[in-house]
Amino acid sequence: MTASESARRPLGAAADRVRDAAADLVDRTRSGNLGVLPVVLGLAVIWTVFQILNPVFLSSTNLVNLTVQCAAIGTITLGVVIVLLVGEIDLSVGSVSGLSAAVLAVAMVQARWPVIAAMLVAVLAGTLVGLLYGFLYTRFGIPSFVITLAGLLGILGVQLWVLGEEGSINLPFDSWLVVFAQQMFLPAWASYAVIVAAVAANAWARLRTARRRERANLTYQSTRSIVVRALALLVVLVAAAWYLNLSRGVGLSFLLFVLLVVVADFALTRTRWGRAVYAVGGSVEAARRAGIRVDRIYLSAFVLCSTLAAAGGILAAARLGAVSQSSGTADTNLNAIAAAVIGGASLFGGRGTAWAALLGILVIQSISSGLTLLSLDSSVRFIVTGAVLVLAVIIDSTSRKNRAVYGRN
Amino acid sequence: MTDASRSDRSRPGVTRDRILTVTGATKRFGAVTALSNVDFWVDQGEVVALVGDNGAGKSTLVKMLAGVHAPDSGTLEFDGREVSLGDPADAHDLGIATVFQDLALCENLDVVANVWLGRELVTEGRLDEVEMEQRTWSLLRDLSARIPSVRDHVSTLSGGQRQTVAIARSLVGDPKVVILDEPTAALGVAQTAEVLNLIERLRERGHGVVLVSHNMADVMAVADRVAVLRLGRNNGVYNVAEITTETLLAAITGAMDPPTSGPRRVVSRDDGSPAGVVSLSDRGTRRRGGRDDRV
Repeated sequence: MTASESARRPLGAAADRVRDAAADLVDRTRSGNLGVLPVVLGLAVIWTVFQILNPVFLSSTNLVNLTVQCAAIGTITLGVVIVLLVGEIDLSVGSVSGLSAAVLAVAMVQARWPVIAAMLVAVLAGTLVGLLYGFLYTRFGIPSFVITLAGLLGILGVQLWVLGEEGSINLPFDSWLVVFAQQMFLPAWASYAVIVAAVAANAWARLRTARRRERANLTYQSTRSIVVRALALLVVLVAAAWYLNLSRGVGLSFLLFVLLVVVADFALTRTRWGRAVYAVGGSVEAARRAGIRVDRIYLSAFVLCSTLAAAGGILAAARLGAVSQSSGTADTNLNAIAAAVIGGASLFGGRGTAWAALLGILVIQSISSGLTLLSLDSSVRFIVTGAVLVLAVIIDSTSRKNRAVYGRN
Repeated sequence: MTDASRSDRSRPGVTRDRILTVTGATKRFGAVTALSNVDFWVDQGEVVALVGDNGAGKSTLVKMLAGVHAPDSGTLEFDGREVSLGDPADAHDLGIATVFQDLALCENLDVVANVWLGRELVTEGRLDEVEMEQRTWSLLRDLSARIPSVRDHVSTLSGGQRQTVAIARSLVGDPKVVILDEPTAALGVAQTAEVLNLIERLRERGHGVVLVSHNMADVMAVADRVAVLRLGRNNGVYNVAEITTETLLAAITGAMDPPTSGPRRVVSRDDGSPAGVVSLSDRGTRRRGGRDDRV
């Protein structure tokens, strides 16, 4: 007793802080505001288990593959996150990505268009689908579930029609698009430079905000805590980049995906549009009464989702170097939606961040990669992914229930 | 003593300006006449309670003032000008803010986000969180409201605190009239007291407050004037200082018809300015002294 007390005394402040943090954690667990914690924990568990089962799993080569595989479906997931935030769903992202891939292939290979033009048209195809969904939803009030379920089938039909009799088109593998998705990696020095620049920019923005808040007499983050956090982030990211650089390094396509996430995060948290998206997801009626043009927000969400799905389709086609009738079918849809939910985007709307796309897709791809390494076939992969999805939804709805119970004082 | 001096300062009596005047408002929904030739007015810095049984037309009148329904006939004057309210945005732009019973808050957003929803401040292309947070604090301070942190999500707040947030939100843009629709209906005793205090703060700030309520105790505690509706018609306007809950209930239920003339009833206007206003204001000032005896 006395021994433990005397041991605690010099560490009193630190111990108090730990206790506060623990109490805070318990409190947040109860009240259902866990944030990214369950995902990060889940990812740690998944990685540990697969590493024990197969030591290749955490090798840098495999992790490089994993990040590169994340880019395509991750981009689609980002769109799903936005649609989930307004409290709707898009079940047809897979078909839209397939349609965009088909348009890209036909324009590039058969019509011999420049790559950029083909990509633009492919993305535009997605945008048009999103406009159609948004129109059907806001004009006729059909549930998005039904619209996009119809779209799942209808757009697959369009994809098959676009592909025509060929059925399968190979992209020229010397095209820069294919090279970009398959073989372009950041040189080691560039990866560190990007990380340092990003962390510095983030810390600078935080410092500026802290100064403004200090001047405005509001609570603000101390310079020390900002610097410490920035250094910690820097260490983690540099270590990760270093590990990936042992193999091929950081894929450009993965970097592009992360960049999209950062942009989406900015738009969602720092603009009026983003605030409106959360408001609509939280309570449409409240948003409408606050003067938000709810229909436009819905429309923008559907358009962004389909557009990002189309962009993801291009990335997927470029990585595989081929487009076929099965592009975007099979598990693309459910992987993207599962990743969004696992990452923390609530199915009930209004909760989640753009980072859910990154975290969620890492989980999904880890499971997929780990099971492939164990030479288990897709039956097991589907079952495990399905189980993880259900788990994520359980966490989502129980935390929602807990919020309802504990939310009111 | 302090109470009286405070109310003197906040209620300039005779010099108070008329903000809002409704004259002869009639509203029909199909065969149902919800309002029939109703007069109603609000002065600066006064709390007018709007009471009546279910179906008396309170909600219709409130929605008319909020710009949700347009009257079939009758006029609406705001700041001495005749206006028509096409939609809720018109009413808000004019300076009529309404807090509906369901509050319409987004539980997934924090207090600041809710207060500024749809009217966010932007600098350099991004939300100006610092300015919004600062102004939210000062609004809440004005209202003497107790909110632990403006960065708390609304889902973690109590009913009274939510009402506070909704009222604070209605004050963004500095409206002249604030309409509160059953603000205490779902609240406990302590929270009700909190909201009633809030209403007094609104009066001190010079807003005209319309309080729609079923709760006679609340009305007697906080209102200066009571307008009674019954079956879609005016059933008397009373000075709270001079009536009892029983009188009020009688007027609401129709057990007592309004006197055709007399000191308590505000005689209908003849030349655009209601005859009873001046005397009502004077009595209203005195009322504050008497209130403590009663309570």
